[in-house]
Order: sequence, then C-alpha cells, then structure tokens
Amino acid sequence: MEGNTRFRIFRPPKTNSATNEPIYIRFLLILIMFIFFILFLLMPLITVFYEAFKHGFSMYLNALKDPFACDAIILTLSIASISVPLNLIFGLATAWLITKFDFYGKSLLVTFLDLPFAVSPVIAGLLFVLLFSPTHGWFSDILRFFDIRLIFALPGMVIATTFVTLPFIARELIPAMQARGNQEEYAAITLGASGWKTFFNVTLPNVKGALFYGIVLCNARAMGEFGAVSVVSGNIKGKTSTIPLYIETLYMEYKTQAAFALSSLLTLLALFTLFIKKCIEFSYKKRI
Amino acid sequence: MKYIFCFISLIVFSPSLNAIELLNVSYDPTREFYLEYNQAFSKYWKEKTGEEVIIKQSHGGSGRQARAVIDGLDADVVTLALAADIDAIAQAGLLPVNWQSRLPMNSSPYRSTIAFLVRKGNPKGIHDWGDLIKPGIQVITPNPKTSGVARWNFLAAWGWALKNYGEDDKKALDFVKKLYRNVPVLDSGARGATTTFQERKIGDVLINWENELLLAIKQFPDEYEIIIPSLSILAEPVVALVDKNVDRKGTRSVAQAYLEYLFSDEGQRIAAKHFYRSSNPEILAEFKTRYPEIKTFTIDEVFGGWSNATKKFFDEGAIFDQIYLN
Amino acid sequence: MSNKRQRILPGFHLTLGICLTYLTLLVFIPLSTIFIRSSGLGWESFWRAITSPQVIASYKVTFGISFLASLTNAFFGFIAAWVLSRYRFPGHGFFDSIVDLPFALPTAVAGISLTALYSQNGWIGQFLYPLGIKSAYSLIGIYIALTFVGFPFVVRTLQPVIEGLDREIEEAGASLGASRWKVFWKIVFPSLLPALFTGYALAFARAIGEYGSVIFISGNMPMRTEITPLVIVKFLENYQYQQATAVACVMLVISFLILLIINALQHWSVLIGQAKN
Repeated sequence: MEGNTRFRIFRPPKTNSATNEPIYIRFLLILIMFIFFILFLLMPLITVFYEAFKHGFSMYLNALKDPFACDAIILTLSIASISVPLNLIFGLATAWLITKFDFYGKSLLVTFLDLPFAVSPVIAGLLFVLLFSPTHGWFSDILRFFDIRLIFALPGMVIATTFVTLPFIARELIPAMQARGNQEEYAAITLGASGWKTFFNVTLPNVKGALFYGIVLCNARAMGEFGAVSVVSGNIKGKTSTIPLYIETLYMEYKTQAAFALSSLLTLLALFTLFIKKCIEFSYKKRI
Repeated sequence: MKYIFCFISLIVFSPSLNAIELLNVSYDPTREFYLEYNQAFSKYWKEKTGEEVIIKQSHGGSGRQARAVIDGLDADVVTLALAADIDAIAQAGLLPVNWQSRLPMNSSPYRSTIAFLVRKGNPKGIHDWGDLIKPGIQVITPNPKTSGVARWNFLAAWGWALKNYGEDDKKALDFVKKLYRNVPVLDSGARGATTTFQERKIGDVLINWENELLLAIKQFPDEYEIIIPSLSILAEPVVALVDKNVDRKGTRSVAQAYLEYLFSDEGQRIAAKHFYRSSNPEILAEFKTRYPEIKTFTIDEVFGGWSNATKKFFDEGAIFDQIYLN
Repeated sequence: MSNKRQRILPGFHLTLGICLTYLTLLVFIPLSTIFIRSSGLGWESFWRAITSPQVIASYKVTFGISFLASLTNAFFGFIAAWVLSRYRFPGHGFFDSIVDLPFALPTAVAGISLTALYSQNGWIGQFLYPLGIKSAYSLIGIYIALTFVGFPFVVRTLQPVIEGLDREIEEAGASLGASRWKVFWKIVFPSLLPALFTGYALAFARAIGEYGSVIFISGNMPMRTEITPLVIVKFLENYQYQQATAVACVMLVISFLILLIINALQHWSVLIGQAKN
C-alpha cells in the first residue's frame, strides 16, 4: 500500500480536480495536522515507549511476564468483553431511535446520553458506591441478605466501565446516520422489507465505518478507564486490579519502567482493533 | 461464552477454595514492607498451625482506603497512615471505638518521622524548618487535603513554629503561610511529589516520610541527601482488626495473629529493614546507624489528637484553606 | 409530517424501550443518588459548600479551560478528520491509528507523560519555557491535558461523516461554476456542522470531568490551578460526602445545561440541512 500511495502523495483517493482543494491548501492542512499530532499525540506516545524500553528489552519482557500483570490483563479483557457488547446493543437501538423518529424531548434524551462523559470519573465511581455499598448503599439490605458483593468485585467494575463508556457507540452512529438521511430505509420498507431486514441490510452497511470507530473507542476507553473503576474495585492486587490499576500500583512501587511497559501494551491492545481494520482494508484494496 | 464464565468464576471464587485469605488494606509507602512481611507471616502461621494463609494487599491514599473499607471493602485488617482514618472506620461501626488500646504500643507497630530531602551538597544550605521560608527556596510537599503525609508535613512545620516562636498561633500561621508561598506545586500524593522533585527536577527541598527519603537515597545515593530538622513530628501509622468483617468471614484468629506478629522481633526487624523506625527500643538500637537521633513531638502532645487537628487545620474553610484565600 | 414518518419505519417502541430502560438503570438511578445524598445537607450548607471562594475559582478554571480546549479540538480535529479521510500521504495509516491514543492510555499515564514532556526540563517544555510559556504546573498545563483527552472525540465523530459525504453534490456544485471555497462553505461545511457540534459537545463534556491526567500537570494550587473534580476529591478525603455530592450536582447541572444548548444547536443544524435538501 505504501508504494501505491507514494504515487498519489497529497492527493485524494478518488481524484477530481474540480472538487479538490489547491495543492498548497492541502499541503498546509497536512502540515497543521502534523504539528498538532506531533505535539499532542506522537510525543506522549514516544515518551511511553521510551520509558518502557529505557532499561532494555529484557526488562520490558520481564515486566509483562509478571503474574500479577497477567491477572490484570485477563481481568481487563473480561470486563471489556462484557461492557462493549452491552453498549453496542444500546448504541444501535438508541441511534435508530434518535435518527429515524421525531419526538418531543429528543435533544433532552441526547443530552442525557452525553452525561456520563461529563460526570467526573471520581463521581462515577461514587455513584455506584452510594447504590451498592453493602454498608450504607441504597440496596445494602438486599445485598447483605443474599451476601452478594457488587462493588469491590467484578460486577461493580463492569457496571462502572459500562457507565463510563455508555455513550460511545451511540454517539458515533447518530451523526453518521443523520448524514445519510432516511431515504434508503423508506425505500426498503416501501418495497416490503421487514424492519430487521432493513436495519441489517440497509442501515448497518451504510454506517459500518462509524460503528467500527464506535466499537474501537468504546473498547479502548473500557480498557483504559482508571478513575471510576479504581473507586469501585478496592484495588486488591491480583484480584480486582485491572491493567490501569496495576500500572498505578507499579508506579507507586517505583517500578516506573514496568508501569510504562504495561501502558505500552495497553495502548497496543486498545489499538489492536484499529490495526485489524487497516489489515482488512488493505487486503480489500489489494484485491481490487 | 463458556470460557468467559469460567474466567469470571475463577477470578471471583478461586482463592477461597484452598486457603484462608486475608485482605490487608494499607496506604502507599508500605508496599515493599508488607510484601516481605506477608511471606514471613505465612511461613510462621504454617509452622504454627499447618494452615495455608494467603494475604492479599490493597494500597492507596490512606483516606481513600479508609473510605473503601467504610463503603464495604472486605478488609480483615487495616494498616493506615493516620489514626483519624481508622477512627472514621470505627465511627461507621465496623470496629469498636477503643481499637487503639487493643494492641501494644497504641496499635502503632512501626514509626517514622518527617524529614527533608535536598540535592547533593545541599546547595541552598537548608538545615531546619526556618530555612524553608527564605525567599527563593522552592519547597515540594503534597496537598494536605488529599494526602496523608502532607498533613504530617503541615503539622510538623506548625509544631516547630510553635516551639520556635513561643507557642504563638498567629506567628505559627504566619510561618506556614510563608512556607506554602514557597511551594510551587501541590501534588495530590506523596509519590507524585517525589516524582516532581526527582524527575521533573523542580524544587530545592522535598518534605516527606523519612522512610520514603531513605528509599530515595538507597536508589540515588549520589543525587540527594537527607536533612534531619531540629524538631519534627513522630508519625505513628496504626493498624487495627476490622471486627465486623473478620467475624463475618470467620478469620478473626488468623487476622489477630497477623497484627500481633507485627510486634514480634521478626516483624519489627522487617519493618526496620524497610526504613521504618521500630517501636521496640532494642530493635531500634540494632539499626542505630541508619536512624539518626531526632527530637520529636506527638500529635497528642501538641494538637490534642487527630480530630482536633483536622478540625482546626484541614476542614473546609479551616486554616489551610485560609492560607490560599488572599 | 412527523407523525407520518413515525409510521413509515418500524421499531419506535422497541428502541425507545431499550434506550429508556438502559438509561434508567445506568444513568438516571445512579445520578439521582448524588442529588438525594446532597439534599441531606439542607439549603444553607448546600449553598455554602458550592459557593465557597475556592470552589467558585475551580468552576472558572474547569469550565473556562474546558471551553478553550474543546474549541481547539474542534478546530484541529476538523482539519485532522478532513485530512485523514480525504488525503493520502506517507504515514497516513499510522496517524489515523494514534488518534485514539488518549482513550487507550490510562489517564494517569497520560498525565505523567505530558508532564514529563511539557515541564521545564522536558523535551517540549525546554523550548517553551525560554519563550515565557510556562507549559506545566499552570493553566496552560491544564489546557494541554484537556486538549489531549478530548481530541479523539472530534476526529472520530467527523471522520465517518466526511467519508460518507456524497461527492456528487460537490461535483455538481463545482460543475455549476462555484469555486472550491464556495462549495466547501455552502455545501460541505453545513452538512458537517451537526457532527462538529456533537464532537465539540463530547470533547467538552469529557474535559469537564477529567481528573487523572490533569492533577499531574496542573500543580493543584488552590484558587489558581485547581479543577472542580479535585475539589470534590478534597471533600471526599475529609469524609464530607454531602459537600462532595453537592459540588458534583452543580457540575452536573451546569454541564447538562451547556450540553443541552449544544445539542439543541446540533438538532437545529440538522433541520437546516434537511430544509436545504
């Protein structure tokens, strides 16, 4: 792909000179993006990897071989594998609701949808403590009666993660579906297709890009979430310690390199899905 | 799906199947110490009773950890930085109010104090608290509102100022005002402050636990030196059994033994090895070279206990807030 | 008209049901706890807790800097999304991938890395400090951290929309003799505006609540560089749950109102777009 693109540097994929910016504008825009990316994204990324490999590759591997780190990785993956599908179902339903129908209070509903982002992680954790604490929470009697622990155990961490990542998929889908309009769906329904069929065969293929970004972001954030999860986890080493929590633990133990090594791994894990997308796109283009 | 379920059940249930499990909820700088102590205790308990015991650790800011226990974290024992934090747990009804008298030495198995870390050669000539308010000196200490050690730092400074300026509260206030005017960064925790001082190279002096400073010296002997002030506060981290939890889990006897073993010679030696001052005078004498003599006062002597100190200095709108108001 | 539309596409009740149930369980009930908890304070103490000088100063810092940071993100995010979806250049795939970095990195790691970069002896800070730009332990530091955490929102909301734009409309505009600039402003930009509003709203919301990365780089000086989430933490550390939830309520209500305005603007821009078509 690299070789292929070199021939078309600074040119859009499907070129038509009448609909393109002049070359100097394109160059300027790319330059602006480069500078911004280097200052805000690339340099922090380099810092993470620089710190991770500061004392050599073998130290890096040692940091990842740590049994507590393995526990943390398994725990993080299990949490993400529950939270992301839940939010996916919710996101699809909500996006359909918001973009296909007009009803009163729509802006209000969308705003409620955004709220989990505005709630500080500190507070997000506290919410579930106030609900599920076995000592003073709203449901403390029931929880104590059945001897169930929600917080300071896996369920609480899943709930907190789901809360923090709740809007992602819906919020990615809504603008994309709005931009496409509803004409195609109307056509499908008018031609006699069922609602589900329309949804799976017309709507979803149209927004698969947005859906994909939504899942990537939701997954990345679910794995990287620290604040809310740390409040409801109790941070018990080897038991309720997710990757971000264990990174903090390592940092506090003055194992800075191991902390950054695990951070770099988390970055790779979270971006792994994006990598797969690139691979699929690549093989797809090659075939053409 | 099946695998996910297996994973979950493994994570949730596995450790409880084969051995007794204790949860020790502790504060930040005790990580290395309890790592070693837990092994020693497991060995001791196995020899004594034949039972397998696994101790899980949770570390974090002292106040936050106490809150987690109040909110229902299943701690068998708590080992925190401030007696006030365990008092708060007692107020929530998880352990009796007289908890501090249930173990020897006021439930404080290891001690520390507050000292200074300066850059090698002490270029700014810092020898005592009075030097910290000189113009041009940058002092690094965390925020007392969010960090346990920062409260000790604040109280140590206040106590020194009281002694030095004839027990005058106004002059002490004036002193700490000047002191905090020299603080360019108020990190949220002790570790953050250490990073600011060591890695960002900001500040001329770091105020912190003596045990943390000794650890820093061990790691970077050529970069820093410790300055012991003429007078400091005796920091007494405390430990307690959480009665409600151990009774529910049926772990009272082993948890009790876990805490008592801290006061044994072996426990004390491990603490001393990890830069804590032993509560036992004999053990302290063994490590005399590491811990220079220091004149200290306790929080009860000067401030009348934690609850008074908190009310006077750290509550909303109290003295610490006033420092920054104008 | 609108009623007719509801009849055409099925699934209104199903999706409304799923959406409301989910929101009730995960958002409404949990958020109501903080209102109920803080109401235990009584009006007078509630007012005192949310209007003490330090808290007021922190609102200014949090909302002011969040506003600026998300504005920055809207501008650069728009350029980035445009460049990434329209142009091909060496390293395109790589740049596209690292957009999500701020989500993937735990906030504390982000905070530590940014502080390392932008402090006086850092790789970037060493060039900024001589220019008089104090880029760490200052308001600028908070601005940097908040820009960092909000950036992916704008890019990732705009990107699928730009990719889904119908190029034929642009071509039609161009073939009718409109300049590129005019085509952009009259055709392209209006159809991207709703997504831009969404991205802005999300970046802004995220910036308001951000805690982990900011506390490392802000210096946390009371009255000057203290953010509201830190004020909440300070209350919690003192076991003042009610005051903490009181401040959280205020934050929530203000951000709710701001988000509502942005979303209303967004809704309006969609309507304008539809009317034009």
